[in-house]
Amino acid sequence: MAIPTVDPKQTRVGVELKHPRPLIGCRFDPSGRFLFVSAEDSTLQRFDLLTGRKTAFTGHESWVRGIAFSPPAAAAGPACLVPPVAELSALPALGLSAAPPFTLVTGDYHGRLIWWDGAAIAPKPARNVAAHDGWVRAVATSPDGKTVASCGNDHLVKLWSVTDGKPQSVLEGHACHVYNVAFHPGGGRLVSCDLKGIVKDWDLSTSKVVRELDAKILHKYDTGFRADIGGARGMTFSADGSTLACTGITNVSNAFAGVGNPLVVLFDWKDGKAKQLKPKEAYQGTGWGVAFHPAGFVVAAGGAANGRIWFWTGEDNIHKVDVPVSARDMALHPSGTALAIAGHAGNAIVYTMLPGSEKAPAKK
Amino acid sequence: MTRCNYACQTADHVVSRRSFLGAAAAGFAGLVGGFGSPAAARELSRSGKRVFTIFLHGGVSQLETWDPKPGTDTGGPFRAIPTSVPGIHISELLPHTARQMHRLALVRGLNTADDDHGRGAIIMQTGRKPEPGIEYPHLGAVAAKLLGTGKEDLPGHIQIHPGGGGGFNKQDAAFLGPRYAAVVVGDGKPPADLYRPAGLSTEADRQREALRQKLNARFAQTRRTAMTEAYTESYDQAAKVIARGDVFSIEKEDPKLADRYGRHDFGRHLLLARRLLEQGVTFVNVQHTNYDTHHENFDFHIEQLGEFDQPFATFVADLADRGMLESTLIVVMSEFGRTPKINHLYGRDHWSKSWSVALGGCGLKAGAVIGKSNANGTAVTDREVNGGHLFHTYLRAVGQDPTKNFYPNDRPIPIADPKASAITELLA
Repeated sequence: MAIPTVDPKQTRVGVELKHPRPLIGCRFDPSGRFLFVSAEDSTLQRFDLLTGRKTAFTGHESWVRGIAFSPPAAAAGPACLVPPVAELSALPALGLSAAPPFTLVTGDYHGRLIWWDGAAIAPKPARNVAAHDGWVRAVATSPDGKTVASCGNDHLVKLWSVTDGKPQSVLEGHACHVYNVAFHPGGGRLVSCDLKGIVKDWDLSTSKVVRELDAKILHKYDTGFRADIGGARGMTFSADGSTLACTGITNVSNAFAGVGNPLVVLFDWKDGKAKQLKPKEAYQGTGWGVAFHPAGFVVAAGGAANGRIWFWTGEDNIHKVDVPVSARDMALHPSGTALAIAGHAGNAIVYTMLPGSEKAPAKK
Repeated sequence: MTRCNYACQTADHVVSRRSFLGAAAAGFAGLVGGFGSPAAARELSRSGKRVFTIFLHGGVSQLETWDPKPGTDTGGPFRAIPTSVPGIHISELLPHTARQMHRLALVRGLNTADDDHGRGAIIMQTGRKPEPGIEYPHLGAVAAKLLGTGKEDLPGHIQIHPGGGGGFNKQDAAFLGPRYAAVVVGDGKPPADLYRPAGLSTEADRQREALRQKLNARFAQTRRTAMTEAYTESYDQAAKVIARGDVFSIEKEDPKLADRYGRHDFGRHLLLARRLLEQGVTFVNVQHTNYDTHHENFDFHIEQLGEFDQPFATFVADLADRGMLESTLIVVMSEFGRTPKINHLYGRDHWSKSWSVALGGCGLKAGAVIGKSNANGTAVTDREVNGGHLFHTYLRAVGQDPTKNFYPNDRPIPIADPKASAITELLA
């Protein structure tokens, strides 16, 4: 895929999509045509960025935080290079017949995984699996699209066949809630990060831990409140697999008020060495999503009273964008031209990063 | 009821004498100062009833405990699960407690109308809204006064706090005086100086005590007062407590039972509470912290209630197995509940308008649910009660008449708020 020409400093609101309930998670489908969001009403909502149509996916009975697709990337590249912006409402309804098929797997806080036909006009659960004892906190699909990984509060990572939903293996070793999971682009390894910031690197051929990476800076036991706060709220590999990024909260001085700072921890995949990406300003909140942009910068978003999006080149925080609501998740469009946040007020805001626009940049 | 406050000063003075004697007897005298004074004993009943409370600090969420609302806009991500009482559901975060519901009751129509931590705690512990110019005694002090015989070896009002520390909470007793004040046992550890220091031989300790008694007797020959009598009495009581020091030794419990309580702090504290109640302590409170979850309410309730659930269920079952449930009132309370509305940080804030407590034992109607909140828990729709109603109910459950008076300074003060009354549906 060609590297898109984008300018983070021109990041601005493209379109704001509304749902009546607070949002939890968001992901673009592999083609880039759809934005899926999960909400506190236990539904998923699919926004068609071409037609503006909103479709509910009902079947979960609790909140959904895990959203993954198979195949994880469209073979022909993004079908929708740029999310429509001002033109959205003027487009004629295209129907869904042109949407390439894909499988959607979602995980909820009752421990269930549901398989869906992500492009279906009237979506229904294709498979509903009792996957974990307690919350499913994240799901991810393997680079070949054949396996989905899930992790949760039962301290386990589990692998499932995307095709038939059958369990493939259980990775045991974490001693607390597992917050996130990601496949290495090479396909043979998988990482999982728990509440205490322990990142386990699993060899999928043996189901054994190869090494542990230290993201404990994303965890704190608050002695005042006698409770733990931590975990990688967002976790992803760079496309070439050379770097792993985890984001969450650090420097917590009051866990029960969310007083701390967002942080991205980058691990060099070869030697496991870590470095930190911090917002330049003294922002209080939690990092909820992180992504590697193909142009070479890292983008993350987080939330507190309001949300924020940060951009880093190297370790330099080159830009920030204020988000008018607490950002509870962030997704990068597969074209690299846009990103979306899931807002607590029920709004999914799609930001475009394309240079040159009639619209003014978002407020800094 | 006559006023008798000389022993109130005793405690302070005896504590100060630790610097002189520095030994176990003097140390623990501070903890038992005033208990069993003859004057007080005359006023005390002999009910054999006890009170046990758990205070969930910060304000536990009623929606994640006793009054779940799954599938509503306020319900959050958790399920409601069935309990041992058909038709009663509580949060899935309390699976062990759910199996003890036939021994418990719920009040789901609580409106305490104050969202401040300090004031909320006072309302729940005194049954009254804070008033300028007067402080009312907390439930523990009231229970110690009304239910004790005055001849107990152990203090009548004990609080087990997480973390270290210890000492007195004198303000808890208000006008009842420090003899009914909470003795705070930090982290469930025996009070400091309970045991004779290792470097002090039995003979040296005996000689030292003999010297103390000789000096005391000489002093009393010419300057005997109520205060000096109280000093002496406190030392005698300290000796009794030291003799009963093993009550703090939870390692004497069956290890399998200790496992069921849990080897973590809260489990140890509840096991100690049961030992203290079993040994005749009139009132024991265990504090569990913290539930003030303005941020990530659901994660933190998983963690905190995960620690609470099994020990509490074990405690209830243990009391039942030992035949103590009929004579022990159990109350699980907070200073308030939490907002039905989920905030932008996945938190819940303070909410006193519609919340719940769990209670049981002492003849309360097991399996009862009194009061009701609306569909999404924002308001009480049936049998609204406040802290005063609960306070009346507690005292009625332990066989006391809450409409009687205390007489500090010969002035009548109703034991419980006269504007409220007991929840009679809950009383057997």
